[in-house]
Amino acid sequence: MKKFIIKRLIISVFILIIVAFVIYVLMRCLPTSYLEQVARQKSMQPGSKSFEEWMAQLSATYGMDKGIIPGFIAWCGKAIRGEFGDSWKWTVPVVEKFNDCIWISFIMGAISLVLELIIAIPLGVIAATKQYSKTDYAITVIALAGISLPTFFFASLLKLLFSVKLGWFDLGGLIGRNYEQLSAAGQFMDRAHHLVLPIVTLTVISVGSLMRYTRTNMLEVLNADYIRTARAKGLSEKKVIYHHAFRNTLIPLVTIVGGSLPGLFSGALITETLFSIPGIGFVSYQSMVAGDIPFSMFYLVFLAILTLLGNLISDILYAVVDPRVRIA
Amino acid sequence: MSDPNEVRKDGQDENEQYSLNDDRRVKTLSPGALVAKRFLRNRVAVTGLVILAIMFVFSFIGGAITPYEEDQLFYRYDQVDKQYAGVTENTELRYIVKDGSGFTSLGQAQFLLAQMRGNETFEANGNTYTYKEEGKDFYGIYDASGSELLALATYDIVSSSTSNDKLAFELQYEILKAYTGGQKSFTYEGTAYTVDEFGSVTAGGQEAAYVGRYVVNALSTDVFLSRQFKEELIEHIEADQKEFTFTNADGVQAEYTITYDAGTKAWSVLESVETRVLDTYGAPSGAHLLGTDRNGMDMLTRLMYGGRVSLYIGFIVVFIETIIGIILGGISGYCGGWVDNLIMRIVDVFYCIPSMPIIIILGAAMDAVRVDPQIRMIYLMLILGILGWPGIARMVRGQILSLREQEFMTATEACGIRASRRIFRHLIPNVIPQLIVIMTMSLGSTIITEATLSFLGLGVKFPFASWGNIINDVNDTFVLTNYWFIWIPAGVCLLLTVLAFNLVGDGLRDAFDPKMKR
Repeated sequence: MKKFIIKRLIISVFILIIVAFVIYVLMRCLPTSYLEQVARQKSMQPGSKSFEEWMAQLSATYGMDKGIIPGFIAWCGKAIRGEFGDSWKWTVPVVEKFNDCIWISFIMGAISLVLELIIAIPLGVIAATKQYSKTDYAITVIALAGISLPTFFFASLLKLLFSVKLGWFDLGGLIGRNYEQLSAAGQFMDRAHHLVLPIVTLTVISVGSLMRYTRTNMLEVLNADYIRTARAKGLSEKKVIYHHAFRNTLIPLVTIVGGSLPGLFSGALITETLFSIPGIGFVSYQSMVAGDIPFSMFYLVFLAILTLLGNLISDILYAVVDPRVRIA
Repeated sequence: MSDPNEVRKDGQDENEQYSLNDDRRVKTLSPGALVAKRFLRNRVAVTGLVILAIMFVFSFIGGAITPYEEDQLFYRYDQVDKQYAGVTENTELRYIVKDGSGFTSLGQAQFLLAQMRGNETFEANGNTYTYKEEGKDFYGIYDASGSELLALATYDIVSSSTSNDKLAFELQYEILKAYTGGQKSFTYEGTAYTVDEFGSVTAGGQEAAYVGRYVVNALSTDVFLSRQFKEELIEHIEADQKEFTFTNADGVQAEYTITYDAGTKAWSVLESVETRVLDTYGAPSGAHLLGTDRNGMDMLTRLMYGGRVSLYIGFIVVFIETIIGIILGGISGYCGGWVDNLIMRIVDVFYCIPSMPIIIILGAAMDAVRVDPQIRMIYLMLILGILGWPGIARMVRGQILSLREQEFMTATEACGIRASRRIFRHLIPNVIPQLIVIMTMSLGSTIITEATLSFLGLGVKFPFASWGNIINDVNDTFVLTNYWFIWIPAGVCLLLTVLAFNLVGDGLRDAFDPKMKR
C-alpha cells in the first residue's frame, strides 16, 4: 500500500510538472497580456516613458523577460516556496487573493455536495430497485435532464422566476445593499440568503450524474449472486436491499465522492460568474479574461493538483473500502 | 433462362412446412438488427431520437425554408418625440427698446420703482426719463421732455405673422397702443391696420402681426411657427389639454404633446415624428414568430442557424476527438509496454489540464487579437477536440486490452496479418459499440461546452448565431426581465438537444449491452 501511494505520488508530481509547463508555455505565448495594457496606459500619461520602455521595465519586474524555459524554472523555484508573485489585476499577492475568495467557493461546493448526496443516493437506489417502472423512467429522465441542463440557462431561469417575478432573492452578489447596517447574525443570514440560488443551481446541475452512477452500481449489485442468495435465504426485500445491496453499492460511491472532495476547492466558474459571487471561480474568470498571468497560472496549476489529488484519493479509497481489491 | 423451381425456392411460400431442424424455421437477425430492435423497444430513447430528428429538421431544413437571412436586419417605424416649440406665459413687463436710445436695464429697474411709487419721472445713468401709461399694462418711456419715445414696457408680445423677424419699433408701439387701448385700427407709414380683440393685426386683408400674452418659440431655427399653429397651441394650453393634432398649410398632420414644467413656468411642445429604427426586441408577431433580437434580426431564423452552428461544432469536435482517441488508444492498447505507458501518461497530462479555464483564456486571447469570427469557429473546434480526446483514448485502450487476449486476435496473428490492419480492421470494429455510445454522450456535452463559451462571449461570435450566444443577451437584466422570447426558446432548444443526445446514448448503451437488461 505504502509503495503504491509513493509510486502514485511520484507519477503525480511528474505529471504536475508537465502540466504546469504546458500551461506556462500557453500563458507565455498569449498574444496580449495585462502587462501590455498597463504599459500602454502608463505610456499615455504626459511626460512618460515610451511603451517599449515601460514594457521592458514591467517584464523585468514580473520576470517575463526571461526565455520560456528559464522562466518556467524560476517560476517553479518560487512556487515550491509558496511564492506565486503578485496578481496583476488585483494588485495583491496571488495567495492573499486566493485566501480571500476560496472559502466561499468551498462552502458553496460543500453544501451542494451534501444536498446532492441526500437527493441522489435515495433516488438512485429507488430507481434501481424498481427498474423499468414509471418511477425508474422518471428518475432517469430527470437525472439526464439535470446533466443536459446548461448551467447558464438554468441559472437565468432561476433568476427570472425567483429574483424577478417573485422577488425573493437578489439577482447577484454575495451581500445585500444594507449589509453594513446588519448585526453579525443578520450579516450571516444575508450571505446565506444570497447563496441559496447558486447552491440550488450547483446541486441541480450535478445531481444527475451521481444519481445515475448510484443507479448503475445498485443494478450491478442487485444482479450479483450474493443478492440471490440473500433472497433465497428468505430475507425480507427491505433487508436485502438496504442491508446487503446498498452496502455494496456504497463502495464505488465512497470512492467517487472521496475523489470529488478536492474538487470542492476548484470553485464553480460559471455559476459564480452568473451570480457574481466573489468566489475563486469568478475571481479567476476575471483574471483569466484580463490576461493576469500570475493568478491564472496559479489557478490552473491549483486545479491540476486538485484533479491529481482526487484521482489519488479515489484510488486509495477504493483499496481501503473494498477488501477484495489488493494493490500490488 | 430461369428455372421455375428456383423462383419458388426464393419467394418463400408461407404454407410450406419445414422439418423441425430446418434453419429456415428460425428467424435469424444480424447483431445490428438485434441492437436496433432492443433500441426501438426503449421508449425513452426513441423519444430522444425523435427530438433529435426534429432538431435536425428545424436547424438544417428550417434554415433553408425560412424567408429571412441569418443576419438580415429589420426596421420598424417608431414615433419619436422631438422638441418642437416652447411656450411661456408672459407674467413680467418686457421692454422693447428703440435702437440707439441708450435705455439700459438700470433704467428698467428705475422705471419699475417709479411706477410703483407713482412718480412721474425717474433717473438712470444720469438721464431723466418720463413715462406715460398708453393702455392697459402698457407704458411708453420718453426722454425728460416727454417728446421722444425711447422704450416700451409691456406685458403683451408682438410677433410678426410672416417671419421670425422683429417688427419695427414704431409699428410695435402702434400695435400695442391700439391693442391695449381698445382701438380697432391705426395707420402706420401710410398703411391702414386693424386690430381685433384676439390680438390679430391685419393690413390690407392680410395678417401682418399678432399680439398676445404667450411667447411661443420654435426650438429649431428651421421651423417657422405659423400664427394659426400658435393660436391653436395656446387654445389647447389654456384648455389644459396634453395633446393636440395640427394640420399645417400644406395639409400635413402632426401629433404634438404638451408638457408643463412648473420650474421654469413654461410649456414644451414635443412633435411626434415617425422615424425608421432597427426593430430591436420586437415582440413575437406574424412576421417574426419569435420576435426580433437585440440587432433587429428575426429570432426564429437566428435560432435555426444557431442550431446549425451548434450541431456542426458538436459533430466536428466529436469527430476530431474520436480520430485522435482511436489512433492513440488503439496504439496504446495494442502495443502495450513503454508505448502504452507513454501514451497513458500523455492522457493523464491532458486529463489534468483544466480545459474550461484554458478555453476561456484562449477565447480571451482571440478576442484581444480580433480573430475573424469564421476562423475563430475553426479554432474553437480544434481546441475543444484536442482537449477532449483522452476519455475516448482511455476507453478504446481498455477495450482493446481485453479484446486482444481473445482467440480471434490470436488467429489474426497466426494468419500473419500486419499490425495496422489487425488494429484497425479487427480490434477497432469491436470497440465501435462503446465508441458510438461515448460519442453520442460527448456530442451532448460538447454542445453544452460550446454554448457556455458562446454565452460568456468567448465562443462563436456575431454575426454567426449559436444557441449560446443568443442566450448571451440575458446578461442584460432588462432582457432577462422583459424579453423572454429572446432567450427561453434558445435555452429550450439547447436543453432538448443535449437531453436527446444523452437519452439516445443511454438507449444505445442498453441496446449494445444486453447484460444490463437482466
